[in-house]
Parts: sequence; C-alpha cells; structure tokens
Amino acid sequence: MYRLAGRLAPWFGGLCLLSLALGLYLGLVVAPADYEQGDSYRIIYIHVPAAWMSMFVYVVMATSSAIFLIWRLKIADVVAEASAPIGAAFTAVALLTGSFWGKPMWGTWWIWDARLTSELLLLFLYLGYMALRGALDTPQGSARAAAILAVVGVVNIPIIHFSVEWWNTLHQPATISKLDKPSMHISMLRPLLLMVLAFQMLYFHNLMVRLRTLILTRESRASWVAELNPETGN
Amino acid sequence: MRVFKRDMKLAVRSAGQWLNPLLFFVIVVTLFPLGIGPGPAMLATIAPGVLWVSALLAMMLSLDALFANDFRDGTLEQMVLSGHPLTVMVLGKVMAHWVISGLPLVLLSPLLGLLMQLPEEAYLTLLASLFLGTLSLSFIGAIGAALIVSLNQGGVLLSLLVLPLTVPVLIFGSGAVAAAGMGLETSAHLSMLMAIVFLSVSLSPLAIAGALRVGVAAGR
Repeated sequence: MYRLAGRLAPWFGGLCLLSLALGLYLGLVVAPADYEQGDSYRIIYIHVPAAWMSMFVYVVMATSSAIFLIWRLKIADVVAEASAPIGAAFTAVALLTGSFWGKPMWGTWWIWDARLTSELLLLFLYLGYMALRGALDTPQGSARAAAILAVVGVVNIPIIHFSVEWWNTLHQPATISKLDKPSMHISMLRPLLLMVLAFQMLYFHNLMVRLRTLILTRESRASWVAELNPETGN
Repeated sequence: MRVFKRDMKLAVRSAGQWLNPLLFFVIVVTLFPLGIGPGPAMLATIAPGVLWVSALLAMMLSLDALFANDFRDGTLEQMVLSGHPLTVMVLGKVMAHWVISGLPLVLLSPLLGLLMQLPEEAYLTLLASLFLGTLSLSFIGAIGAALIVSLNQGGVLLSLLVLPLTVPVLIFGSGAVAAAGMGLETSAHLSMLMAIVFLSVSLSPLAIAGALRVGVAAGR
C-alpha cells in the first residue's frame, strides 16, 4: 500500500495541475462575465468544488471508518485519519470563499443561511473528530473511537442539514432569496467541472502523500521500513 | 433495570450530581437578563432560545460524570465483561441519567420561564419540548461521554464532540416554544422531536456500547 500510494501520488498531482491550469484558464479568461454579477461570480470556480469536496471527503471518511469497524482493516483507518484535515481544509476554504462572494453579492460577510450554517456545523464535526483523535493517546483506542464518531456524524449530517434548512425557512423567510440559478451556459460549466476534477485530484494527491507519512509513522518499528532507502524513500 | 435502580440509588445519595446541573441551569438563565437588560419585551422574545440553550449546556455539564465514576472504580469493566448485552445496560444507565439530570430541568423550567417573561401559552409546550428534548440529549450526549471515557479530563472535548450533533434538538425544541408563544401550531415541531427521541433511543445505545468497549480496552 505504501508503494502503491507512492506510485499513484505523482499521477494524481499531475492530473490535478493539468485540470487546474485548464480550468483556471477557461474559468478566468475564456468564460464570459456574468450579466448580473459581473466578474465576481468567478469565485465559484474555487467555492463550489471546495464545498463539494468538503462533503465528499466526509463521506469517504465515514465509509472507511465503517469498513474499519466492520472488517478491522487497518488501512481504512489510515485513510480516515489522513482525510480528516484535508476535509476540514476544504470546508474552511468553502466557507471563506463563500463569505468573500457574499460581501459584494449579499452585502454581508455572513448570514444565517441554511447552507452556510450546515457547512459551518460540518467544519465543527471535522474539528471534533480531529480533537478526539488527538486526545486519545493509544492508537488502537483512538482509531475505533474516532471511527464510531465518524459514523455517528454521517448519520447525523442529513438530520442536521434538514433541520437547519427548516429552521432557516421558519425564521427568516426570504430576506435574501438565493439567487436563481439559470442553467449555466456551457462556457461557464466546463471550467467548473474541470475545477471539480482538479479538486478531486488534489484530494487524492494529498491523501496519497499523507497515507505514506502515516503508514511510515505507524509502522516505524517494522523491518521493511528500516530497509527503505533513506534517499528515495522506496 | 438493575443498572437503572443502582444508578438511581447512587444519585440520590450524592446530591451534588443532580443538584449542580440544576443550579447551573438556573444561574445561566439568570445571567441573560443581567447581560442583555431587563426589558420584558426583549426577554419574552429571547426566552425560548435562552431556556433551551441553558438546558442544553446544563445537560452537557452533567454528562461528564455519566460513565467516568464507573470507569474509575472498575464497574464499567465488569459490565463489559459480564456477558449481558451491553446495549441493554447502557439503556438503563442513560435512562437513569435522564431521570437524574434531565427531568429536574424539565420540572424547574416553568419557574425560569416566569423569570424570563415567557408568554403564558408557551408553558405547556416548554414542558413537552424539554421533556422530549432532554431525553434525546441524554442519549446523544452519552455517545460523546462514552467516547472519551478513558480520558481524565474530557469536559471541553465532550462539548466539542456532542454540541454539533444536538443542533436539530435545539432547533425543534426552541422552535416549538417560540411558535407556542406566538400562538401558532406546535405539533410539527413536537413530532419532529419525538422522531429524534425514537431514533436516538434506538440507535445510540449501539454506538455507546461500542465506544465503551473501546474505552475499557484502552484504559487497561
């Protein structure tokens, strides 16, 4: 697995750079400005992929945690541990870029909109997961406890999301209605999809790199680690 | 059932365990008028939220001790090893916790509602929503308490883990009280709370039992 991750990492990284370059070029240069929002809409090329990834990574984390709980597969736990900080970073980026966009568009950095709130709560879930991992010192215990938390979290996310949505519609009906999304023109959609691909690849690349580090840390006493070439790491 | 009785007995004999969260609840609610100002109109608008958030925090405070004592003196280990289904014993323990720390909050809440100028129509809903809400809070919170059982100091971590998960309870609970205060229909909120109760009572013992096994294994 260590070797596999090492072999895959540059491929994901390369694909990421490629689609990132293409997506940014198409998104920032080629795609026309929005007739209503001008150029500031272009932040969606960062914002939307980050928001998607924030959820995708949590699902990956919870799935691998469940796999770890059921089949005691050690690598699944490593995947979950490696994913958590990356997912938290994506969530933070989504929130930050969202508020940068919200300032010119809605005139405020933050409103208690349903989506914003559930994204914020998602960030709290990530942070709680990482805090629990950090607090438990035995690797065995922390792995299974964190896995239980991740699974509990994924059961709760839909409940949280819908309750927040309902709460919002109850309290502030359409003070700021969400901008109607006309079906996007293809020249805007194509870079967006490319950027999503780029973010996906970025995640996989980071995941592979972190997997290698974590495997090395955990197996630091195993003989195969001692036999690795310190220069190349292979 | 035995576990339930035992925990009840222990709680009755140590008054601090159930009295402290209750006092905390009262004091936190008292702080709000002092911090915001005593205008009755203002207090009446924020009353549902204040009462609910304070109750939530008081529940968090009481969760710390739920498994910690039993873990320290080895009772928990005996429970895990005893061969009886751990989920059932967990059910007993959490029910006892609710009777000890949840129910007193519910019973005291009308008095605090009075202090907060809560509109008259809302009292029944306040009782009902807190009754259902604290029950599910006990179960959801117990997951967190079980996860950190092997740690010595887990108070802040516990809140960090559990509070995001309690958001739906808070929303529907305070929503119900606010709606009742405005003379609106509350059955939708209360049925959602009921659904959360059923869900948490049926599912969370599994997670709690799993987490306790991990904790006991890690603590040895």
